[in-house]
Amino acid sequence: MIAGRVVVAGQADGEALVTAEPLSFWGGYDFHTGEIIDRHHPLAGVHAAGRVLAVPFSKGSSTTTAVLLEAVRAGTAPAAILTTGVDPFFALASIVADVMYGKSFPVIALGPADFASLRTGERLSVGVDGRVQRG
Amino acid sequence: MLDGAHGPAPQLAMSILVRMADVYGARELMDISQAHIDSTIYLGDATLEFAERLASLGARVAVPTSLNVSGVDECGWKDWAVSPEWAAKAARQMLAYERMGAVPTWTCAPYQTRMRPSFGQQIAWGESNAIAFANSVIGARTERYPDLLDICCAITGRVPAVGLHLEENRGGQLLLRLVGVPAALQRDDQFFAVLGHLVGTLADDLIPVIEGITVTPAEDHLKAFAAAAASSGRVALFHVIGVTPEAPTLDVAFRGGAPGRRLDITVADLRAARRELTTADGRDLDMVILGSPHFSLAEFRALAPLVAGRHAHPRVKFLVTSSRLMKEEADKAGVLAPAVAFGAQITLDTCILASPMLPPEIKTLMTNSAKYAYYAPSLLNTRVTFGSLADCVNSAAAGRVVRDESLWQTA
Repeated sequence: MIAGRVVVAGQADGEALVTAEPLSFWGGYDFHTGEIIDRHHPLAGVHAAGRVLAVPFSKGSSTTTAVLLEAVRAGTAPAAILTTGVDPFFALASIVADVMYGKSFPVIALGPADFASLRTGERLSVGVDGRVQRG
Repeated sequence: MLDGAHGPAPQLAMSILVRMADVYGARELMDISQAHIDSTIYLGDATLEFAERLASLGARVAVPTSLNVSGVDECGWKDWAVSPEWAAKAARQMLAYERMGAVPTWTCAPYQTRMRPSFGQQIAWGESNAIAFANSVIGARTERYPDLLDICCAITGRVPAVGLHLEENRGGQLLLRLVGVPAALQRDDQFFAVLGHLVGTLADDLIPVIEGITVTPAEDHLKAFAAAAASSGRVALFHVIGVTPEAPTLDVAFRGGAPGRRLDITVADLRAARRELTTADGRDLDMVILGSPHFSLAEFRALAPLVAGRHAHPRVKFLVTSSRLMKEEADKAGVLAPAVAFGAQITLDTCILASPMLPPEIKTLMTNSAKYAYYAPSLLNTRVTFGSLADCVNSAAAGRVVRDESLWQTA
């Protein structure tokens, strides 16, 4: 079990999708399908919809938040996002999705060692208190 | 505002702002005196519903506010592959932000309009290239504001008092030293875009300080640097020793402290970064695209003599993206006509990344913009060749990619 810092509280379960590379959702995420499309990114071609996405932080465009808001509306957003530091872009998308559609996703900041211990494919369960449980 | 005494729109904006202040770990909010809104970019129903929700609640911006690119060139979209439904919805989103009292600048280079902020001014800007330029080249103070939050700051006139708004957080954190990079290469008009692309990948979340620039870069070179560094990375503030206003010396750039980390940048690193910006492998060329960030008057001036008396190859489109204001200025200055005579099309108030303009048969692009080169392969499913402005013009005229490699091979 991992104790993270709650950035935006919420509960979610899903299969982990883990990357050490930061991601811009604008130019990096197709909200129509939930596919990661940034050709420069190691997860290019992988679908993240409904999964617990572990990405250290966002990079690039200011439009990352708007893409994530569209993804929440379209039902193609990750179930939760785990980061290393507090990432305001991911947090904002979740907060505005809550305001607009009553739907948000948990955003949890983990310590670097905990983040590094995550493996793609493992089942993760994110609790409202920021705890991340395996299996 | 939070209690609704100022009306429902400031209440909604403030409720988002207060939750974000918690996320940022801010103890208080502070005033801003200007904003730039990136939320103008139409993506789909959610961005439109957000804009129209605010506008229908009677939202008004509380500070002078400029607007970033929109999702449609209202006058020119019919010449392209934009669907009428997209055009209509993107135009509705534009109208929503105009109704809030913002100035319809419709540009990703607001620092090249009358809305340019001043040194030390507290502002809330969206648009990654504009944020990096405002902080670094002008010395105005903005955090890296995401879409949807920028407009909340404009409506309330307030921001969380954190990050780059505060002097103590603006010092350099990573020293990047150019080693053996000759002035001849630094004067090349691709140099700052390439360097920016490289710096973005090296800097992570640190504030980079670049030492070893021996030339005086033009404003548009710093613009290209900022856009490149904010695309390949998340750079919101950089210092260039002897060039940018908060870095007259190394000591000042690091605010008297020592650099936490140091890296050297060599010609070989720059060559590799330049190669990364080219994803096309042949010499086929469907379109030359200039103007990310939006083409400036100075860039139209530089283009005019390169295209004078020449014509683009009939198979190659030649597109310049800019703002309606800048096109007018270029026209007045007599530097628009040569581009048009060459065969250039001008798209206004948006760009190929923000508006679904390109027909599917366009597969290979050439550009002098590191930002276009970075995003086009993913967003547009195209392959790109990066080159100088002269390379772009020569290629358009020849109908195939031609690049003058001499400087980059011998340097």
